[in-house]
Amino acid sequence: MTRKHKLSLHVDVVKRVALLAPATFFIALFLFLPLSLVVTYSFLEKAQFGGVIWEFSLAAYEQLAFEHDIFTGELSVNLAYAGIILRSLLHAISATVLCALVGVPMAYYIATLSPRHQSMMLLLITVPYWVNLLVRTVSMLFIIRNEGPLNTFLIWLGLISEPLHIAYTNTAIQIGLVYSYLPFMVLPIYAAVERFDFRLLEAAHDLYAGRWTALVTVLIPAIAPGIVAGAILVFIPCIGAYIAPDLLGGGKELMIGNTIALQFQSSRNWPFGASLSVILMSIVLIALFLLARMARHGKGHKS
Amino acid sequence: MTGHSSIRHYPGFALLSWLALVFIYGPILAVAAYSFNSTRSITVWEGFSLDWYAKALSNPQLQSAAINSLIVAVSASVTATICAIAAALAMARGENFAGKRVLFSLINLPLIVPEIVAAIGSLLFFVTIGLSLGIGSIVLAHIVFCIPFAYLPIAARLRGIETAYDEAAADLHANRWETFRYVLLPLMKPGVISGFMLAFIVSIDDFIITNFVAGPGATTLPLAIYGMVRVGFTPEINAIATMMLALSIVFVVGSTLFGRAAVNPGKVVKKLKEEVK
Repeated sequence: MTRKHKLSLHVDVVKRVALLAPATFFIALFLFLPLSLVVTYSFLEKAQFGGVIWEFSLAAYEQLAFEHDIFTGELSVNLAYAGIILRSLLHAISATVLCALVGVPMAYYIATLSPRHQSMMLLLITVPYWVNLLVRTVSMLFIIRNEGPLNTFLIWLGLISEPLHIAYTNTAIQIGLVYSYLPFMVLPIYAAVERFDFRLLEAAHDLYAGRWTALVTVLIPAIAPGIVAGAILVFIPCIGAYIAPDLLGGGKELMIGNTIALQFQSSRNWPFGASLSVILMSIVLIALFLLARMARHGKGHKS
Repeated sequence: MTGHSSIRHYPGFALLSWLALVFIYGPILAVAAYSFNSTRSITVWEGFSLDWYAKALSNPQLQSAAINSLIVAVSASVTATICAIAAALAMARGENFAGKRVLFSLINLPLIVPEIVAAIGSLLFFVTIGLSLGIGSIVLAHIVFCIPFAYLPIAARLRGIETAYDEAAADLHANRWETFRYVLLPLMKPGVISGFMLAFIVSIDDFIITNFVAGPGATTLPLAIYGMVRVGFTPEINAIATMMLALSIVFVVGSTLFGRAAVNPGKVVKKLKEEVK
């Protein structure tokens, strides 16, 4: 290679820094720094009407499992917030599993279509991903309300005589979460199935494996990395969900996201909101770590 | 025959897939359908009308919210696209450098952080530094999460353009700016447009972060819709929802088409040669 070529390909350090500066500036200043601030605030004392007092305190974390009696100041166990965290975890895990149960067959079905139909189906699945989440959740609420089209239709069919009370329940939140994030599950699994060698199923068949045995022992292990990627994409937004529990749960059935929001709205307990955020981020990081390990494990297993 | 072709077929998979599509599209299609309903009743169909669109479009609060949404989305997505182009040039061109992985993670950080945490983080930060909440704070917060959406398609496109083009331009005594302006940028165009459109749509759609950094007075369309839903369902909401739906679909399909119309670099060169002749 001539010296000139080397020079032309070489972006010198100054230019590289200048090129990276704007993006880095915005994200570091307006996201990384705020996140550090959240962590800091979680260790501070709360001020009476929102805001903080700059004194180290673990009160915000203590509040996760204990409460002080208003009059005597005695400390007693209060698991209400632990319950909310647990409920959020259950919601997120169950939504992820449901998405996978629908996502695998769907991705498989799409991968077996003709190339033209494949890209059409993929576009059909991608479009809702970009439609305003709020608008989609509002649509779901519109459908499942007591006097909504779903109940009207079922009553008209004569299947039920009283409207089903779906809206503002845990079921509604669950429906909303699956509805919001199902496309996130289908796309990565499709990418995995698309690379899958279908002849392996036939080989399994030749070895007297039934259709469903072949599915569980051959297909699923082969597409596991896709399922794990989908699980990451579904679990993370689900665990921090705000809109679905807020609108579909009617603000009664809280998840972590809503509880955090409340601390900055009516409750005015910033350090506690910050400590809940730290917990939420920790859950996300742990989930990422575990799922990444599962993906690596799956790969090792295959070879 | 229980031959090879049938083992690939799983009974019920097709049915389940189509049911899932009904589940995905049912609610939005129902809202769209009822937005054309002529009566105030939002559950019984009475006849076709565009009244609710007229009503929504003439609602002054919605008008100002729409204008705010546009100002925010244009400023945030243009800024984010410029940042993303610059970052992509540094990341996808030239040799590897120390800290590249860290920078890549930083650029994609907005995609991993739960939105509610980013929202209250931004709120705390703006309040702490004493920035008054309003359109300005919304734009700043939006630029952050728009950057990765603009960056990913742009960087993907740039990686697909061989460095031979840079070298050819250098051989013709183009400096780096000229190489970028006359060679790389035209080749990157589909990626840039696609990235810009995605950034625009995620900005105009954002509710959670905007809700926390908006402060009193600055309302965007999603905030206005949320406020209306909180009071109660009206057919007007169906009409605005349908318009936002249509906007998203136009942008996403547009972005996909631009992404796909991946101007083949070879074709461009051929065309240029023909022009020279």
